Amino acid sequence: MLELIVISTLNGVLFGMLLFLLSSGLTVIFSMMGVLNFAHASFYMLGAFFGFQLTKWVGFWPALLLAPLLVGAIGMAVERYGLRNTHKHGHVAELLLTFGLAFAIEEIVSMIWGKTPLDYRVPALLDFPAFTIFSTNYPAYKLFMLAVSVVIFVVLLVVLKRTRVGLIVQAALTHPHMVGHLGHNVGRVFMVVFGVGSALAGLAGVIAGPALVTQSDMAAALGPILFVVVVFGGLGSLPGAFIASLVIGLVQTFAVALNGSLASAFGPLDPSAGPSVLTDIWNVTIAQVAPIVPYLLLVLVLIVRPVGLMGTRES
Amino acid sequence: MTAVTSASHLPAKSAGSHLRFYAVWLIGVAVLIVLPLLFSSGGSLTSFSLIGIAIVFALSYNILLGQTGLLSFGHAVHYGLGGFAACHMMNAVVTHGWPIPLPFIPLFGGVGGLVFAIIIGWVMTKRAGTVFAMISLGIGELVASSSLILRSVFGGEAGITTDRTALPRMFGWTFGPQLQVYYLIAFWLVLSAIAMYALTRTPLGRISNAVRDNPERVQFIGYDPHVVRYLAYCFAGFFAGIAGGLAAISFEIANSAYLGAIQSGLVLFATFIGGTAYFFGPILGAILVTYLQLGLTSLTSVWQLYFGIIFIGIVMFSPGGIAGLLMMHRPLVRAGTLGTVIPSYLIAIVPTAALACGVILTIETVARYSGGDAINLFGVAFNPRSPATWGVAAVLVVAGFFVARLSWQRIARAWDGAATVARDRGYLA
Repeated sequence: MLELIVISTLNGVLFGMLLFLLSSGLTVIFSMMGVLNFAHASFYMLGAFFGFQLTKWVGFWPALLLAPLLVGAIGMAVERYGLRNTHKHGHVAELLLTFGLAFAIEEIVSMIWGKTPLDYRVPALLDFPAFTIFSTNYPAYKLFMLAVSVVIFVVLLVVLKRTRVGLIVQAALTHPHMVGHLGHNVGRVFMVVFGVGSALAGLAGVIAGPALVTQSDMAAALGPILFVVVVFGGLGSLPGAFIASLVIGLVQTFAVALNGSLASAFGPLDPSAGPSVLTDIWNVTIAQVAPIVPYLLLVLVLIVRPVGLMGTRES
Repeated sequence: MTAVTSASHLPAKSAGSHLRFYAVWLIGVAVLIVLPLLFSSGGSLTSFSLIGIAIVFALSYNILLGQTGLLSFGHAVHYGLGGFAACHMMNAVVTHGWPIPLPFIPLFGGVGGLVFAIIIGWVMTKRAGTVFAMISLGIGELVASSSLILRSVFGGEAGITTDRTALPRMFGWTFGPQLQVYYLIAFWLVLSAIAMYALTRTPLGRISNAVRDNPERVQFIGYDPHVVRYLAYCFAGFFAGIAGGLAAISFEIANSAYLGAIQSGLVLFATFIGGTAYFFGPILGAILVTYLQLGLTSLTSVWQLYFGIIFIGIVMFSPGGIAGLLMMHRPLVRAGTLGTVIPSYLIAIVPTAALACGVILTIETVARYSGGDAINLFGVAFNPRSPATWGVAAVLVVAGFFVARLSWQRIARAWDGAATVARDRGYLA
């Protein structure tokens, strides 16, 4: 039991940090433009596929640098030639644009790389067990993922809160016109921030690709959870996104690891009653419920606190 | 919703416009009746049935998107639950021998969609905009995933099947042949379309538009935007349920794919591509998207990519959809200046078509590169592995784009000229 708790906590924190890496970019972009980027998970997927392809050509470490840059460039192009022109039609049009983009990117990826999972391996340098807890080997690559996520998180916070660049970005979020009058190119600031957000998503993709499955529906699988994180934590709140990421990461990892059901705890229902909704609910295991747990959390939080955990913004 | 202005306060229409209004509906009904007589093959009847269902679904979606300004990413939940409700009802009717004939079944589908909307809608419609979109996405995922867990109700992966011919008959119709199913769908299509159009004319429909445009002001004049959104959501859920019930009758099965994100995405595509600002927009969109879906699947393996591209194009260049593009020309027709624009349209067709061909050729080359199947584009065969194909595609895309851009600028100039004349003559505000 202790083994389960330790391993699940480690994995939960890891998944949570990965979620935060994605939702931080999404949150910054949202607070800036007021539009949730539906294609954010697609940028993550692009990162994984670019990472796979570049690893084949130039090796993993250059790919770790190049793939996020490529994804960031695509993100900047999307902002410059897509969102900026669509802005005049309102936020719904911008949201729809990114929705269509997510759809198109998934199709393009499955067109080029196929629909089956790719053989994206952990680099040889990190392909060894880092330490052993309770007879379970914990892979070094997972530690590496954790380290990268933490470093990015710290760097992001420091840049946003402590540097001149962060000052300008934060000012541009709240007072774009004033920042413009002070001589900064607000349009370019937006474009760069969008690019950095996309690049972060791409980086998450490159490092998550070998550990999780790299295939063309990985964006569709992760996308909804990402939005749960952002709404759950409170739209536009970076600390909220951080807490929500960890909560959802932990809850989901623990749910997958547990195999109990009401039937196993209290014994099966009277079989003569026949199949019904009740027996379904009685027999379902916690592991089976794992995929819907984040959405249940979302609904509960919205009933109790509609602005989310740390959110202040009413839409 | 008690003290509301009555519909009679709206500006009275002239007798001529009344006549034209009813004529449009009568022509629609006549087309629905005559269509299967002209195209009587089994395939086209199935297509018409699918299009009919898609129209009801898209119209119900537009109650949310177009009228109330709620962007939902989980509308298929009501469609799917309606389908399941209809399937269970049909099976129950057969088992218990209830005297309920098949034509009434879609109503139970509608109730299925409505009940869920009543339960979940109150929480969902608390906030509009991006938050609503995200919540609807979450609820959609929640229901779609739950449907795989609650096997006794949703039948797991396989879904639940039913037999529409086993129900009590009405007018001696067995509803075995597709033609009879088509007429059943057409009947419910007309009924739902009239009901939904009437809804847009009621005070509730009008106040929904006001909530979409300015919720603060609606609150100020004494309505709760939350209640209005909730009511609109319930109506949308009801009509989506009817569409789901029709689908259950047509396919004699309901499964978890009905509820999923793909179905929600498709109805969003159809409604938005058609145009949300006009009542007939979603109808156009549903016809186009269903037709493309049926037609393109046999031609290309990546038909969904074309959907995505068309959708992005519409969002970027014509947020009013196809209906918006068409209605843009109305003042010009009235002012008699359309003739000055048409020549530039005709000139623009050639480079735009070249650009489109280039894009299609590029996509198909990539899609078929590993397979090596030949691409047949308007009777010309291309080998996806030969550099010549890539060259042709590149030339078409690059040259097509630059020439097309010039011709679009020409259209814009001609349009401005025509619009100025129309404005001078008083046909354009």
